[in-house]
Order: sequence, then C-alpha cells, then structure tokens
Amino acid sequence: MPAEIDYQQVDKILAKYANDKGTLIPIMQEVQNLYNYLPKAVLEYLSQKTEIPLSEIYGVATFYSLFHLNPRGKYIIRCCQGTACHVRGGAGILAALEKHLGIKAGETTADGRFTLETVACLGACGLAPVMQVNEDTHGRMTPTKVPTILAGYK
Amino acid sequence: MKTLADLQTLRAEYIKKLQIVAAEKVLVLIGMGTCGIAAGAKQVMVSLQEEIKAHNLSNVVIKQTGCIGMCEQEVLVDIVRPNEARVTYGKVKPSDVKILVEEHIIGGRAVKELAVGRYPDANVDKGYGDVPKYREIDFCKKQQHLVLEHCGVIDPSSIEEYIAVGGYEGLAKVLTSMTPEAVIDEIKKSGLRGRGGGGFPTGVKWQFAHNSQADQKYIICNADEGDPGAFMDRSVMEGDPHRVVEGMAIGGFAIGATEGYVYIRAEYPLAVKHLREAITAAEQAGFLGDNIFGSGFSFHLHIKEGAGAFVCGEETALMQSIEGKRGMPRPRPPFPAVSGLWGKPTNINNVETFANVAMIMVKGADWYAGMGTDGSKGTKVFALTGKIKHTGLAEVPMGTTIREIIFDIGGGIAEDKKFKAVQIGGPSGGCLPESMLDLSVDYDSLIKAGAMMGSGGLVVMDETTCMVDVARFFLTFTQAESCGKCTPCREGTKRMLEILNRIVEGKGREGDIELLEDLAETIKDTALCGLGQTAPNPVLATLKYFRNEYEAHIKEHCCPAGSCTALTKYVITDKCKGCGLCKRNCPVGAIEGGSKGQHKIDYNKCIKCGTCMANCPFKAIVRE
Repeated sequence: MPAEIDYQQVDKILAKYANDKGTLIPIMQEVQNLYNYLPKAVLEYLSQKTEIPLSEIYGVATFYSLFHLNPRGKYIIRCCQGTACHVRGGAGILAALEKHLGIKAGETTADGRFTLETVACLGACGLAPVMQVNEDTHGRMTPTKVPTILAGYK
Repeated sequence: MKTLADLQTLRAEYIKKLQIVAAEKVLVLIGMGTCGIAAGAKQVMVSLQEEIKAHNLSNVVIKQTGCIGMCEQEVLVDIVRPNEARVTYGKVKPSDVKILVEEHIIGGRAVKELAVGRYPDANVDKGYGDVPKYREIDFCKKQQHLVLEHCGVIDPSSIEEYIAVGGYEGLAKVLTSMTPEAVIDEIKKSGLRGRGGGGFPTGVKWQFAHNSQADQKYIICNADEGDPGAFMDRSVMEGDPHRVVEGMAIGGFAIGATEGYVYIRAEYPLAVKHLREAITAAEQAGFLGDNIFGSGFSFHLHIKEGAGAFVCGEETALMQSIEGKRGMPRPRPPFPAVSGLWGKPTNINNVETFANVAMIMVKGADWYAGMGTDGSKGTKVFALTGKIKHTGLAEVPMGTTIREIIFDIGGGIAEDKKFKAVQIGGPSGGCLPESMLDLSVDYDSLIKAGAMMGSGGLVVMDETTCMVDVARFFLTFTQAESCGKCTPCREGTKRMLEILNRIVEGKGREGDIELLEDLAETIKDTALCGLGQTAPNPVLATLKYFRNEYEAHIKEHCCPAGSCTALTKYVITDKCKGCGLCKRNCPVGAIEGGSKGQHKIDYNKCIKCGTCMANCPFKAIVRE
C-alpha cells in the first residue's frame, strides 16, 4: 500500500541540507528512512523543490541498490551473499529463506511482514554466513536456524 | 589548546583519571563491534548487567570496545580487577556470565575453560600466570598490531581514552612544528603505500595534490570497502575512529585541503555512528574546525554515506556519488589531484592508509621504514575468512608469507579438510593454489606472481569448493555491480557470466574456455575503469590453476568438488537406520521416512543445503 506522505517531514529534511552541496543522496536516504521506500510522489516533490530534473533523480534512485521504489515489509531480511558467506554456505541460507517465506529475493510476503533482499557484503565475514533482519545481525547461520530466528519477528 | 605541551598535559590528566577508576573498579570490556554483536554481545551485556545487579556489586564498570580481530572467538569479554592482569574470555554466552562474575569478578580466579589470553603487565600484583599470554597464542604470535593497536582495547566512543593512549599528538606535532612539505617528505621517506589495493606511494600522491594551485582542495577517505570478504576498514572505523580523523587532518594540512569527506558505505551503520561521534567530539575538543592549535590551518570533516554500489569504491565514481550523481567512473586524466571533486584538486586515500599516518609522524619515517620489505614498508591488515579455523583480522609485517597467515595465524583449514585455494584481492584479484603459498605478502612479489594485494581480504577455500563456481560467483557480482557506462564491461561481463552459468549447469560446450579467455583479454584491455578491467581476473586465475575443473564440467558434466547443485545430488544410502534426524532438521521438509525405516529425499523439494549429510550420525548420506 503506498504511504501517506507528510510533506512537512520532507520539508524538514530539505531544510537540513539547504546550505550544503551534493545533497541529493543524503536527502533521498533520509526520505527513505521515513517510509521504508521512496514514494513516487515524494520524488516528484523533491524534483520541484531542488530543481533537479525528475529523470536525474530517478536515475540516482535506480542506480544505487539501497534505494527502493516499491513499498517494503515491516522486517527487511538482508541475506549476505559475499564471498566468505558464499564459501560457508550462503546460498543454502538464501534457499532456506526463500522456501520458508514462499518468496524470492527482492519480494515481500503477502502479509507485508518480511521483505527478502540479498546484499553483497555486510562486513561481518568472521561469522559467516550472516543475515540481517532490520538492525539485528545474525552470524554463524545455518539453514535450520532460519525458522526459529524469523519466528522471533512478529 | 595551543601547543603540544597543552595536549600532553591533557593526556596526563586523562591517564590519571583512568588509573583512578582502574584502581577502584573492576573493568569489564565487551567486544561490541559488528562481529561481536552478530555473535550475541548485546545479550551477554544484558546478562552481565543482571548478574551484577543480582550480586549487588557497585564496583564494576562495563565498557564497550571494538573488534580486536579474533572473530572466531566472539563474544569476547575482558575482565580487569584493580592491580591485576587483564584477562580475555572468548565464546562467552549469556549462560557463562554467572560463573565469570562469581569466579573472576568477585573471586579473583580465572575461568580457564573460557580464557583466551591475558595481557602481562609488570605493574600488577596478580598475573593469572596459568592463562596463556595473549600475544603468544598462535593466532597472535606472528601479528603486529599497529593500525589495530587500539581496537578492542579502548572505548571507541571516548576521545579521552584516545588522547590517553597518545591520540592527536601526531596532529599537534605537525601543526605546531612542521610545514606541509616536511610532512610530505616524512611520508615519502616512510615508504607508505596505498592500502586500498593500488599500492601507490602515498607521499608522492600527496605531493601531486599539494602542487596543484586552487582556491579549494579536498581530501577524501575511501571507506567504501566493497570487496566481499573484507572488513579491515570497518573494524578500524568502529574500534578507533579518531585514528582515521587524525590521519585525514594531517593529510589535509599536507596537501592544503580545508575540507574533508569520509565516503563510507551505508552497510556499516555502526562505523558511521562511531565516526560521527568522533568528528563531533574532535570538533568540541578543537582538533577539527578553525585555526587548529592556533596554527592558522582550518579543517572540517564531513561524512557521506554510500548507497550500495560497489563501483563507488573507484575514485572517480566515488566523487560522482559525493556530488549526488550516479556513481559512474570517468576517464583519467585529468587525475583527481588536478581536477577532482567539483573540479577541484582532490586526494583520495583508503582508511588503512590514513590509519598509518599519525603514528608515522610521531614515531618517525625511519621507524616505519624499518618494518616490512624493501618495496613494501610497515604492516598490512588482512581479513581471514572462509574455510579456515580461526577467522578474523591479522595484521602482519609486510614480508610475512601467505602460508604463515593461513596456517600459523589462521590455524589451517576448518574440519581438517584439505586446502585448495585462497582468494586474494577480492573480485579484482585471483586465487592462489597450494604451490603459491610461500609467496611473501608485499605489493611487488604478488604482482610478479600474477596476483595482487588488493584491500586485504583473504577467502580460504577447501576441497569442497568448486573453482568454476567461484569464478561464476565473482562474475555474478561484478556483472550486477557494473555501472553500465562502457560496452566491454556491460556486455562483456554479461556474456562471460552466461557461459559460466551454462558450465555449472552441465551445459558447457567445446570452445567455451577459449571464448572465456578471448572475452577476458578484450575486457581487460578496453574497459573504462578498474572494475571492468579486473572483472575477468578471477576467471583467468581459476583457468590458470584449475583448468581441469572447467574441463570436467564441460566434457564429463561432472563437478570434481561435488559442489555444483545441478551436477550433484544427495542420496540416503542403505546405511540409514531410520533415526529421523535428517527429516527433523531438513529446513524444507524434503525427507520422508517412518521410524526405523529407510528415509528418502524428495528431489522436487531438496535445496541441496547439505544439512542432512552434515548431521547424519551413521554417515548414511552421500553426495553423487
């Protein structure tokens, strides 16, 4: 479901960066923190306010993997697919997640609870394989731990 | 603060303050870097707080510290009683906290089963002599922690602790008694080379930016650390952020930049947080801002977070990203030292490079150049990961061999399997087989051998790793991260990946290997930036050392390592006793069978994760 936009919040973000240069990416990051994704209406509003063409803003939004143009679930699962995690069974963790949730990487469960994403490297390689759920990092993962860990996120 | 003497007075004051606390309180330090947290450090902290409350202890101070680099032993907890040696405990679980509190904190007895090491200190009354000395355990013996000297030792959120251990003396010395030219000369003399992978002499690089004339110059720290398997920079930024701030301020002075940026990947939220706090604290203390140490030099540092693009680790793409654009590289010349961020002269260095600067200024270039080899001075931090017994960070003097790092420090291959290869240099590098293990870790030796140092990620692989799959894995990564601007990379990596995908699926064809080599040469010669130019390296390296695996996949539709899922399957043999363990553990419910009866795998559901085989107590499951 598309988010209800609070333009006052967006204006606050714009004001924060009003005197700096090269602020498009931090502005978009803060807007995404509000809604968990970048609603089209907000991008159009940003274009109006910053006078940066919408096509350029869209280009930035689609270039960087941390920007999302569609609504996401309450919990974002980031399954690390970096080299160390791969060598220690990262593909098996992703497969177990996809099977357990019934969705593929990049999708959100029908009840809006989980979005499954892959990430190239979280930098916790010493504890590979690793998976993040929102701000929680789970190391030393095994496929069997997947259902128990996800059950903890209501 | 105006002089070095002022800073030294402050340092003495902070040391005294810490000594007073240490004389009265029991200090408990918990490793709360990202690795520690991922291993459960927060739960251990909560248990500790509860246990301390339960025992009504009022003399215990809990502190957070960064990664000491012993990831395999996380969660790490250090306990220091007044006038006693510091003892490090590893693999601490919340259920272990009770015994640690009762035995060590209250009783003064080390808990040997959990003890990893102790820091010997001549000035203590009690040394816990039966716990091994930390610096003498196998993991640490050949290491030399210089860049990492404070990580896991100090509280990264405390500028006082940083000053107490000598922080900002480098900056003070530079600003109160040296010229920019003298600073550059010292860095040149030290032999410091870029630690991001390029290995370009840092002093020479600073000289270029110094020589450019402009009304504004910039200095940038490349903290994007995109190489999968590398986390050296993350640990330094989380565990000792002021070290990076100080190095950048010195660099800014040397080249004449009054503005600095740390471009840090957003996947490192804890590092971002600690850096932000460090910058604010440094500003408040007068180490950043206007007219630092009354020298007339002003320096302001800003943080720019990345947004998930590996290519933004390439310096021209990085600058585009700071400017708020798509991170697409551009040709050089002009080099950043002449025309960089917003067209102004810019110097970009890696986190680890900056982390070396302050100590070179304090201890001198001669001291630094006394370590390492002729062409590669100092130490290098490596991230040891993969199929190795002791994962973690290893900081070693240049010249140490790869064999020493993997077998002496890393403890060799996990589960006592056989070493197959080590990936060095991330997606831009190559794998080295057993025959190359005695290569010395230094820029030139590695290049001569057809490999490269890279940022420091070392991913160890064993006999169960398929090298064709490794090549495919890296191409998948670089293809996804390709910015799309130049044809050789955009189209070339895609075609190489298509071929590799066919090969691992058992659909390889005669001529595929030659086609891969042909594409690789073209892409290397014609791609616009380092990402594209080095993308074929993993393929070329695996073809060089493991061509037989490619041929087996193509000619015999067989994966010698038994790893490629399309070419293998798990089978429950008649050794099965029907215990049902595999059925219960299967994450996707693909196993059927009654109690004490032969169990069978439903191949429509099987995801080939290997859990059943790994846990079968009767070794009844095999891979074909």
